[in-house]
Amino acid sequence: MLSIRNLSKTYASAGEPIHVLRGVDLDVEAGERVALTGESGSGKSTLLHLIAGLDAADGGTITLEGSEITGLSDSARAALRRDRLGLVFQQYNLIPSLSVEDNLAFQARIAGRHDTAWHAELVERLGLGSLLKRYPEQLSGGQQQRVAIGRALAIKPSLLLADEPTGNLDEATADDVLALARDLVARTGCGLLMVTHSLHLAATLDRRVTLHAGVVT
Amino acid sequence: MRRALWILAVLSSHWRRHPMQLATLLIGLISATALWSGVQAINQQARHAYDRAAATFGGARTAMLVATDGAAIPQELFVKLRRAGWPVSPVVEGRVQVNGRSFRLLGIEPVTLPAEVGNAPSLSGRDFRAFVAPPGETLVARETLADLEAAEGASPEISNGARLPPLRVRPQLVPDVLVVDIGVAQRILNKPGQVSRLLLGKIKGKPAPLASAAGDRLQLVEPSAETELERLTDSFHLNLTAFGLLSFFVGLFIVNSAIGLAFEQRLPMLRTLRACGASARLLNTVLVVELVALALVAGLVGLVCGYVIAAALLPDVVASLRGLYGAEIPGQLTLRGEWWLAGVGISIAGALIAAASSLVKAIRLSVLATAQPHAWQQAQHRWLKSQSAAALAVFAVALLLLHYGNSLIAGFGLLAALMLGAALILPALLEIVLRLGQRRARAPLALWFWADSRQQLSGLSLALMALLLALAVNVGVSTMVESFSRTFLSWLNGRLAADVYVSAPDNARAIAIRSWLSERSDVDAVLSGGRAEVQIEGQPVELLGLPDHALYRERWPLLETAPRAWTQLVPGNAAFVSEQLSRRLDIRIGDVVEIPAPGGTWSVDIAGIYADYGNPKGQLTVNVAALMRHFPQTPQTRMGLIVPHAKIPALIAALRRQFALDDRSVADQATVKAESIRIFNRTFAVTSALNAFTLGVAGIALLTSLLTLANSRLPQLAPLWAIGITRPRLAAIELTKTLAVALFTALLALPLGLLVAWCLIAIVNVKAFGWRLPFHVFPLQLAELVGVALIASLAAALLPMLRLARMRPAELAKVFANER
Repeated sequence: MLSIRNLSKTYASAGEPIHVLRGVDLDVEAGERVALTGESGSGKSTLLHLIAGLDAADGGTITLEGSEITGLSDSARAALRRDRLGLVFQQYNLIPSLSVEDNLAFQARIAGRHDTAWHAELVERLGLGSLLKRYPEQLSGGQQQRVAIGRALAIKPSLLLADEPTGNLDEATADDVLALARDLVARTGCGLLMVTHSLHLAATLDRRVTLHAGVVT
Repeated sequence: MRRALWILAVLSSHWRRHPMQLATLLIGLISATALWSGVQAINQQARHAYDRAAATFGGARTAMLVATDGAAIPQELFVKLRRAGWPVSPVVEGRVQVNGRSFRLLGIEPVTLPAEVGNAPSLSGRDFRAFVAPPGETLVARETLADLEAAEGASPEISNGARLPPLRVRPQLVPDVLVVDIGVAQRILNKPGQVSRLLLGKIKGKPAPLASAAGDRLQLVEPSAETELERLTDSFHLNLTAFGLLSFFVGLFIVNSAIGLAFEQRLPMLRTLRACGASARLLNTVLVVELVALALVAGLVGLVCGYVIAAALLPDVVASLRGLYGAEIPGQLTLRGEWWLAGVGISIAGALIAAASSLVKAIRLSVLATAQPHAWQQAQHRWLKSQSAAALAVFAVALLLLHYGNSLIAGFGLLAALMLGAALILPALLEIVLRLGQRRARAPLALWFWADSRQQLSGLSLALMALLLALAVNVGVSTMVESFSRTFLSWLNGRLAADVYVSAPDNARAIAIRSWLSERSDVDAVLSGGRAEVQIEGQPVELLGLPDHALYRERWPLLETAPRAWTQLVPGNAAFVSEQLSRRLDIRIGDVVEIPAPGGTWSVDIAGIYADYGNPKGQLTVNVAALMRHFPQTPQTRMGLIVPHAKIPALIAALRRQFALDDRSVADQATVKAESIRIFNRTFAVTSALNAFTLGVAGIALLTSLLTLANSRLPQLAPLWAIGITRPRLAAIELTKTLAVALFTALLALPLGLLVAWCLIAIVNVKAFGWRLPFHVFPLQLAELVGVALIASLAAALLPMLRLARMRPAELAKVFANER
C-alpha cells in the first residue's frame, strides 16, 4: 500500500547541509502495523512528514495505493491528507476553540465523509461519551490523545501516521491509548506507521523498522 | 462550498472562545468607520448644500454677464441682447429683512430662464401662472420657511413695510433664499428697470458680438466647477477630513493589534487544519471571507454610529460654516446611498489593510513550523530598526515639505509626516529608555520590571502610537485654539470700539435715526460706516468705510503700519488691507491697489495691514467720506455710538421705542462681544468634540491592547507568582509598567503637539484662512493633557489588572500544567 524508494532529504543548518534521509526504502502493507524507531535526530519525524506531504523530498519516490505523491502540488497533497491519511502528533494538536465532539468530527466534515454511526462508535470505543462537550484544555493528556486518534480515524484513512503519540503520556496511559489505537486500526483495516522511542510499544506492533544515519536498517 | 463553510466554522470558533478579542476587533472597526463616516456625512451634507446654492438660478454653475463696473445693468440692455440673439435671462438680487433676520431675495424672469440653471424648480403650466400672476409666489426652501417663522401661503412683511407674495415651499432651493418674479423683486428692492446680472443659456447660432450689443459695459463670467463658497470652505472640510482620517487610523491600530494577536493564537489551529487536509488556498480564502464578513457587520454598525456622531456635530458645523463663511447648510442630516456604500467599503478596506501583515503571514505559513504563540513579539523587535529607518525617511519628507511646500495640502502633508514619523520612532525611543532602565537596575524584581517592559513593548507599541498621535493632536489643536482665543479676544476689544451698535433696516430710516441721535445730549458721537462690494483680481473684496475719529486711531488694531497711517486715510487716497487679502493678492505697505468704482478706477496706497478674523472675504478699509464719493449708492445703515456707560440702557430702550428696533438691530458692546465669543466658541466646538473622540479611541486602543495581552502575559507572570510574589503585587507592578510607558509617551507627545500647533498656526491657518496668530504655550493646559493621558491609561489598565489581582491560583498553575 505504501512504497518508499530511495527517499532523500537534506536540510541546511548554519550554512552546512545535513543529510537527514539518504535513500530510504520502506514498504507498508494494507492493515500492517509498523513501528519506526531510531535515535533522536535520525530522521523519523522527517520521514513521516514527507509521507504526509507536509514537506517535500529532495529525491526518491513515495507511492500510496499505487499513486505517487512526491510530485504532487500543495493542494493535491492537502487533499491526500484530508481524504486518505490520518495524522496523530505527540502534542495532540487539537483545536482549542472546538469541543471534543467537534474536534472528533471536523476532519471528516472537511473531507465530506462524516459518518454518524462510525462517529458514535469511535466515541464509545474511545470512552469519550461523557467528555463530548468539554474543550481540549479541560482534558488530561491521555484524553486529548484519544480525541486526536479519533479525529484521525474518523475519515477511515488508508494509512494512520503517528508521531510519538504517547510521548507525553505515562506508561499505563500510553499502553491504554495504544491498545485503543491498535483495535481501531484493526477495525478500519488501515495501515499504521508509528514513530516511537519505546521498544516496549514497538514490540506490540506487527513489525519494527529502525532508521539509522538516514537509512532504514 | 461545504468544506469552506466547515473551515469557516472552525475558524470562527476561536472568536466564541475569545469574545474579548472579537469585541476589540469590532470596536476598532466600528470606531474607525463611525468617525470617518460621521465626518464624511457632514462634508457631504455641506457640499450638497453648496451644489444646490451654486445651481440655483444663476449661481456659479451658470454662465452669466455682469456689469464691468460692478453696478446694476439697465433693463433695456437685456432687451437689446435678446434681440441680438443672446439667450440671456435677467436676475435681480438684494437682501431684505424679515423679523430682523436678513434673507437673499432673488427676482427671476421665468419665461427666458435658461434650462442650464441646474436644479432650479421647474415653473411650467399652473406653477408658472401662479408664480407670475398677481399676487405671485415666493419660492423658499423648507428650512427658510422655519426661519421666517411663517406657514406656507403666508405673506410676511419685510422691514420696509412691503409684503412678500405668498410663500411656497420648493425643496430644491437652498436655505436663506427667497425667489420671486423679477417685477416683484424690483419693486421690493426699489430697483425699477435695473438688473443685477444676466444669466446666459446655451448659445445657438451666431449672435451679434457682445461688444456690438453692449459695448464694454458687460463682461462674461464663465461657469465655475468650484464655487467661491467651496473654495473658501475647502480648508474647513479638509480640517474635518484630517480629523476623520486620524481617528480612522487610530481605529485601525486597534484592529491591527486584535487581528495580529488572534492570528498568532490561531497559528496552531491553522497548522492543524492544514495537517488535516485544508489546502492553503482554501484556508486563506476563508480567512479573507471571515474578515470581510466581520468588517461588513462592523461597517454597518459603524455607519449607524457615524450617523449619530454626524447628527450630534452638525448643529455646531452649521454654526461654524455660517459664522466663518456665511454658508447656509440645512441642519437636518440627509444621507445618500453612496455614503452607506462608501462606509461599508472603507470598513472592509480598513480591515484588509489592518490585517495585511497577518494575511501575508498566513499565506506564507509553513505547515511544519513549530507553534510559537509569542514569536510575533520577538519578530517585531526586528522591525524596530527598519521602523526607525522609515521614521527618519518620513522626517526627511517633512523637512522637504517645510522647505519647499507652499500650499494647504503641503501644510497638511507636513503635519501628517511629522506625526507618522513620530509614531514610527516611538517604539525605538521607548526601547532605548527601557534598556537604560534595565542596565541601571540592580534588584532582581527591578531587573525583571525593565526586561519585561521591553518584552511587552512590541505588543503595546501600536496602542502607544495611537495614544501619542491622539495626544499630540490634542496638544496641537488645543494650543492653536487657545492662542486663537486670546488673540481674538484682544482683537475684539480693539475692534468693538463703540458703546452701542445700531443697524437700520434701510437708508431712509438710518438718516432718521442719525438725525434723532444728533439731538440727544447723552450721545457723544455717532460713527457711521458703510460697506460696498467689488471684485479685485477676481477676488470678492469688501470695502469698509470708517469715519475719521480718535477712537479708531487709539483702538483699531493694526498689524503693520506706514507712518501717519490714519492721517493718510482721511483724504481718500489710502487704505488699510486685511491680512488675508494682503496674503491672497500679495499686497504690502506702500503698494497701490486699483478699485473698480462706478465713476472709474479708484487708486489707493496701502498704509496699513490689519487682522480681520472670521471674515471669509478680503477687506479694504477706507475713509467713509471717500467711500461715499466713489460709491454714492452705498447704504449707511450701520452706526456705532459713543455713549457714557451709565446712559447706555436708557438710550437703547429709547431707540427701540422710537424706531421699533429689535434686539438684533440695536445692541450694546457687551452683547455684541458676547455674541461674537459665542460664535467663536461654537466654531471650535466641533474641533473639541473630534479631539475628545480621537483621545477616546486612543484610550480604547490602549484598553483593548492591554486586555488582549493580559492572557498571553500569564506565562511571564506565573513563574513570579510561583516564587512567592502575590497576585495583588503582580497587578500593581503591571499597572506601574503601563503607567510608566504611557507617561513617557505623553511627555513625548508634548513637544510633538507643540510642533503640530506651530504647523497649524504658521502654515495651515495662513494658507487656509489667510491669518497668522501669535504662538503661545499654555503650561497648565499641557499639564492637564498629561493628566488626562494618565487617567485614560489608568482606566485602560485597571480592568486587566483587577482581573490579574483576583485571578484564581488554579488559573496561574495551569500555565505549568498545560505545557504552554
